[in-house]
Amino acid sequence: MSEQIEQALDKKYEAGFYSEIESDTFESGLDESIIRRISEMKKEPQWMLDWRLKAYETWLKMDEPEWAHVHYPKIDFQAISYYSAPKSMADKPQSLDEVDPELLRTYEKLGIPLHEQEMLAGVAMDVVFDSVSVITTFREKLSEAGVIFCSISEALHKYPELVKKYIGSVVPRADNYYAALNSAVFTDGSFVYIPKGVRCPMELSTYFRINEMNTGQFERTLIVAEEGSHVSYLEGCTAPQRDENQLHAAVVELVALDDATIKYSTVQNWYPGDENGKGGIFNFVTKRGICHTNAKISWTQVETGSAVTWKYPSCILKGDNSVGEFYSVALTRGHQQADTGTKMIHLGKNTRSTIISKGISAGKSNNTYRGLVKMGPKADGARNFTECDSLLIGDKCGAHTFPYIESRNPSAIVEHEATTSKVSDEQLFLCQQRGLNPEKAVSMIVNGFCKEVFKELPMEFAVEAGKLLEISLEGSVG
Amino acid sequence: MLKISNLHASVEDKTILQGLNLEVKPGEVHAIMGPNGAGKSTLGYVLSGRDGYQVEQGEVIFKDKDLFDMDIEERASNGLFLAFQYPVEIPGVSNMEFMKESVNATREQRGDAPLSATEFLKKAKEACKQVELPLDFLKRGVNEGFSGGEKKRNEIMQMILLAPSLCILDESDSGLDIDALQVVANGVNSQRSSERSFIIITHYQRLLDFIKPDFVHILAKGKIVKSGDASLALQVEKEGYAFLGKEFEEVDA
Repeated sequence: MSEQIEQALDKKYEAGFYSEIESDTFESGLDESIIRRISEMKKEPQWMLDWRLKAYETWLKMDEPEWAHVHYPKIDFQAISYYSAPKSMADKPQSLDEVDPELLRTYEKLGIPLHEQEMLAGVAMDVVFDSVSVITTFREKLSEAGVIFCSISEALHKYPELVKKYIGSVVPRADNYYAALNSAVFTDGSFVYIPKGVRCPMELSTYFRINEMNTGQFERTLIVAEEGSHVSYLEGCTAPQRDENQLHAAVVELVALDDATIKYSTVQNWYPGDENGKGGIFNFVTKRGICHTNAKISWTQVETGSAVTWKYPSCILKGDNSVGEFYSVALTRGHQQADTGTKMIHLGKNTRSTIISKGISAGKSNNTYRGLVKMGPKADGARNFTECDSLLIGDKCGAHTFPYIESRNPSAIVEHEATTSKVSDEQLFLCQQRGLNPEKAVSMIVNGFCKEVFKELPMEFAVEAGKLLEISLEGSVG
Repeated sequence: MLKISNLHASVEDKTILQGLNLEVKPGEVHAIMGPNGAGKSTLGYVLSGRDGYQVEQGEVIFKDKDLFDMDIEERASNGLFLAFQYPVEIPGVSNMEFMKESVNATREQRGDAPLSATEFLKKAKEACKQVELPLDFLKRGVNEGFSGGEKKRNEIMQMILLAPSLCILDESDSGLDIDALQVVANGVNSQRSSERSFIIITHYQRLLDFIKPDFVHILAKGKIVKSGDASLALQVEKEGYAFLGKEFEEVDA
């Protein structure tokens, strides 16, 4: 049966094409002059350059982390180009009509039309291609509500005080090896600012695409939700299919001020490498949010891509009664490796966190959940609930769970539940006996397994995520 | 409908079926009884194509086609249905969703247009009522947290929805109290027609009080050793399998 499923499920990575677009790409290598050039290209203020250079200095003194349950060849940071942008972007197109049609075609092929009238109603999008933001849609509608949604480069020009105030406030420059690297060389990303008491009228979304060869993508996203505001944000990512590994090291910082809510969803579909484990994206990402009093941050992620994933979207529950949530589906197949989870740092009183993690391993992949729940001495009455489920497809894959729990407050309650199950032959047989082909059967079983997480996604994307899982599962049973 | 000739089959290199012959015509109800280990469940699995059940010899013609040329799901969409002895759970997948996919996959295979959500819901509600399950069972995960009896009734509901031409019931009566047994039997009886055939695999005669078989076969050591009408089941009930010879005497006392 397994063989039959394997055949039925063998399908390619659909976003794996390369677009012929003339680009300005830096020669590979990293030193101070590269950082100066990035900053110069973007005409950044002096303080930003100084900040980058300090980060670089720190990074040079740091060691690559090796504690994660992943194995990959050492990255040669001198073999990477740290900046690449389509030539046509040098003229700073003001509207879609001025954007290189080849660029627009790329997004069409990915199923992401950029013309506002064709887009999903109610979703504004920032589109990042290699190192630069191509376009941000629905700006006018958003600005009516006072919402700022633009690329971080633009924000540095238009709203430098806001950026200066919050950048590095949640993920400090020296936080970890990749965060330090990102702080030194980040090229673009999204900036979101929701004013006091405003409920953002649309879903905000950023789509990241790596196109050029040998480039790294280092984007930085900063979302600030003022008191009592509300925003839902979604990011998506794809890259061409290549034999070489490419590095994606992003930093995401979320600031939820008193009574604010930020919902951050990720559908990650970076190229995972071929069936022999050649190529694919190294996805080393630092994501963290801080919750002030009564604030709430909810992370939802559907991770199906990347050769190696290393990522722990976290919440610092600083304010009393603040809430952190983490809902994750991580699917690995082929030779993919994922070490992912979250950190919930409870500092304030009556803080609450929920962690629902669903790991699905197929093929020869390894899927690790790593999570920290920390109850600080002042976190009276804090509560955490963690549910960590693993599903194995086939018998050559691995699922691993590393929960860390630190409690320094006797009144805090931490609950952890974990299960491991297999897509059983009995389940497959039942589905097939009822007329479903093995491909459909496996995807149905896996979708059922992920249901708790999918229902957390914005409605427009829940269906997409289900489909993505279907595509990603193909070729997974062996 | 179905013609089994000289069927030999094995599981994990152990030969279970050893030259089984059986012919089922449209509209007929055949009961297969026999002691433990006779190969009753194996027959259901071999016919439905379960992995690990090796056909070694023999031929099965199902609706004029060679059954062994078909995949599991092809057999299913051609109208072969197996009601499981131990229905498995599929957490998170609602009964409704599962059955809709299943019914529409079968319809597609037959060249029929898929049912719309509304059309399907109507049918599903009717079927659910017929097996006396509360309607919220449609929303619950497939067999998730169902009692033994609920699982069996759920199987019959699926059978009603799929409207197969050959229904194989693998010990659908085991573990049922008398009321549940009655419900299962009523479900089956409501589906009897001149075009639909049944193979009822059972350990006990009591199910056959409710579903009157046209033929009763005794399966022992991988072969049908005795066939008769409904009265054969009563004889077994009274005398056990002693008539098969000494070695079966103790088995089903």
